[in-house]
Amino acid sequence: MMRFLLLFSRQGKLRLQKWFLPLPEREKKKIIRDMVAMVLARKPRTCNFLHWRDLKIVYKRYASLYFCCGLEEQDNELLALEVLHRYVELLDKYFGNVCELDIIFNFEKAYFILDEFLMGGEIQETSKLSISKSIEASDMLQETMEEYMSKPAF
Amino acid sequence: MSPSVRLQEMIRVIRSARTQGEERGLIQKECAAIRAQFRQSDNGARTHNLAKLLYVHMLGYPAHFGQMECVRLIASPRYSEKRIGYLGAMMLLDEKQDASLLITNSIKNDLSHSSQHVQSLALCTLACMGSAEMCRDLAPEIERLLGASDSYIKKKAILCAVHIVRKIPELGELYTPLACSLLSEKNHGVLHSAVVLITELCERNPDTLRQFRKTVPELVHIMKGLIMSGYSPEHNVAGISDPFLQVRILRLLRILGRCNDAASDAMNDLLAQVATNTDSSKTAGSAVLYETVLTVMDIRSESGLRVLAVNILGRFLLNNDRNIRYISMTSLQKIVQTDHTAVQRHRGTIVDCLKDQDASVKRRALELSLALVSATNIRTMMKELLVFLSTCPPELRAHTASGIFIAAERYAPSQRWHIDTILHVLITAGGDVRDETVPNLIKLITTASELHCYTVLKLYRALITDISQQSLVQVACWCIGEYGDLLLKGECDDIEPMQLTEDDVLDALETVLQSHMSSPASRAFALTATMKLSTRITNNVDRIRSIVSIYGSCIDVELQQRAVEYNALFKKYDHMRAAVLERMPVIDKSSPGDTLGDLTGEVTKDSSLSKPVPGGSTLPLEPASQAFDLLDLLGQTDTVPEASHAESAAAPDPAGPSTGRDLLDLLGGLETTVVPSVTVYEKGGVSLKLQCDSQTETAVTLTFTACNSTQNDITKFTLQAAVPKSIQLQMKAPSGSVLPAGGHSAITQTVVLSNPSKTNLKMRVRLSYSNQGMVCQDTVQIDSFPSPAWT
Repeated sequence: MMRFLLLFSRQGKLRLQKWFLPLPEREKKKIIRDMVAMVLARKPRTCNFLHWRDLKIVYKRYASLYFCCGLEEQDNELLALEVLHRYVELLDKYFGNVCELDIIFNFEKAYFILDEFLMGGEIQETSKLSISKSIEASDMLQETMEEYMSKPAF
Repeated sequence: MSPSVRLQEMIRVIRSARTQGEERGLIQKECAAIRAQFRQSDNGARTHNLAKLLYVHMLGYPAHFGQMECVRLIASPRYSEKRIGYLGAMMLLDEKQDASLLITNSIKNDLSHSSQHVQSLALCTLACMGSAEMCRDLAPEIERLLGASDSYIKKKAILCAVHIVRKIPELGELYTPLACSLLSEKNHGVLHSAVVLITELCERNPDTLRQFRKTVPELVHIMKGLIMSGYSPEHNVAGISDPFLQVRILRLLRILGRCNDAASDAMNDLLAQVATNTDSSKTAGSAVLYETVLTVMDIRSESGLRVLAVNILGRFLLNNDRNIRYISMTSLQKIVQTDHTAVQRHRGTIVDCLKDQDASVKRRALELSLALVSATNIRTMMKELLVFLSTCPPELRAHTASGIFIAAERYAPSQRWHIDTILHVLITAGGDVRDETVPNLIKLITTASELHCYTVLKLYRALITDISQQSLVQVACWCIGEYGDLLLKGECDDIEPMQLTEDDVLDALETVLQSHMSSPASRAFALTATMKLSTRITNNVDRIRSIVSIYGSCIDVELQQRAVEYNALFKKYDHMRAAVLERMPVIDKSSPGDTLGDLTGEVTKDSSLSKPVPGGSTLPLEPASQAFDLLDLLGQTDTVPEASHAESAAAPDPAGPSTGRDLLDLLGGLETTVVPSVTVYEKGGVSLKLQCDSQTETAVTLTFTACNSTQNDITKFTLQAAVPKSIQLQMKAPSGSVLPAGGHSAITQTVVLSNPSKTNLKMRVRLSYSNQGMVCQDTVQIDSFPSPAWT
């Protein structure tokens, strides 16, 4: 299973963190610091896999954001690259030509999309279309509720 | 009005802060406002406030006061509030917080909600942060959802079940019956989750594993469907139909086929098909092939299939994509022991990868190269490895050096080659070799008696070129001291001769002594070597005398001690000097007091390589406990010295025991197998002895022996022990409780102390026994323990 998924910028600012295993706050901060230091130190044309403690770290850079995940020993690293890519595709479809600012200002939506794609460190849906449909449906539900609430009762 | 406008406003304001201090000020203001708002009862902006708090949390500021708000929002009937509330719960609450239990009821209610989106929120949160109690409470709900729901909820419920099984493995039995039937679903999401669930169940319980073996044909059928199916736009990734599902199924097949011939047979065809038909030009295809290879190597596959798998890995090695090269090397590493010949075929490519730019690839290539060294290719491989050593990144140097040593030790075609190789490593990377290298090399040199002349000439040349590599300097000094006469003779067949005067040699040693680059250990070596030369040269003995007397007032205590003793050798014991300083005997490989750690620490593949490293019974540097053994034999002490762990050989030892050791060593090395046993208590005829059986870094095994030298039998003899809090004590059963009179037999009791924090060992022991009807009790404190027979 995936232990965590982190998104951070080239300056090391965290944009999204998803933890699939319960950890104390201090431990999380330490892991973030370590990941940022390790990944940002990598030269441009090196391979995307690292070894850290007992985990395999897979990272990929998309424009100004680094997507970094920690895997267990039996997980397939090449597939993890595909998982990261799939997530980026989903964000792209939702925001339309997604960029870092979209994720900064709409972080809660990025989380909602992630929660439709991964759960408990595993993939829950392998079809892009299906995920996009369910996100649209939840947004619709939220919007109708909003409309309903903002119209005063008679 | 879109709900998150205010959130975005806040984000914009925070981002525009120019300094850290300004940002902190803004955040504090915002947090204060949010806290105030939380205290108010229902208002329309609750979602915004929590969202703002979550943003602040992501920046790294404390946000625990939002936990109760999350709980409240989750309980709200509005979907937008639930959504943000659950997100907040996943970010702020984890199972260690007490507040997490409060949402159990809300989750329970939401699991039966009419809207599937609300159900999905609850399932997602449970799978993300559900604690063991929550899982136990909600397990039956999940079971219900597994059975009767549409695929959207079903796949989430299955992953929730996976989480529950991870937290509470016993509950796996609850889900096992349903898991089988889930494989007949058509929906890929459900299928994928089902495969994950079955994998998890099988990994935790061997009985379940046996049960699920019968699903192998079904899994094979599903895989075949995926490979053979035409283009499916929904699941296609770079020409592969649903690679995520394929990889998961392959992983499950691996677990099911392991150690089982029937299952392995059933999947042979499929694996061959996948291996040949999958297009690996893109990452997705490579991922599937990679998983296939791992599966083939792990199950009981037929040899043709294994060869196919190794060939795939070989093809990966030639791939342009660095990731794929890295992956293939990792896999080859796993199989290099079992399929050695197959991997040897790709040795050339692997050695080429040593020159890759990427540090991770280099590291993998190094490990593999070291594993592939054999008697036939040792010369070529060593050339490559030595080239690598001179250009490799600093973090890999120590590992490379030790790997080279091990390989050289195992497969050296000749002693001269061996010595040359070690010298080359010392010259290139002398600073990164381990401390045992120096005694090892010295031992090797002494055994190669016909090469003494060659060796010492080579070492002398290396020494005058560069005195910064300490291990090289130490070995060179030692050799010059030992074989100085050969050096001065200057003739040697294998190497061009050098005409040296005694002054040249003494100059070299003095340079080492005076240089600020020399470590204290190197200077000690140089001083001893200078002293030894006094019997091997004829003209400049006075110069040696003056050097030695100068160092008699050196600040370094070790050097001072040595110099003073050597001075004494010149003055009072001149008649003994020649005998004391004569040529060392060949160091025997199996000398006692042998272990200073072994070289195979890092390369763990071949444990048979661990050779007994000489404890340096003939070297001037060794741990103090060795001294204790020898001194004990001479009856010089009956006090219990402190237990000492083997110190680094380079550390200068305290002055007192070292020179005593020097002289004792030179007199031929005393062997001792006496196990020191210390009397810790002696009163009224009852004595208690303590003996240390074994000692590692964190554990000590002791044996207490009680003896009775009175006229009467002693009964009901018991020992109780207490240790400091950081140490764990385990007392084994005593051999008895009766001590017969006259000391005919003794009671022994073993005690195991576990000391993970390596604090000082102390123990208080209370004896109680009954002597002629009187009950006696006594306590004794033990502060220092004897060291074991070997260190």
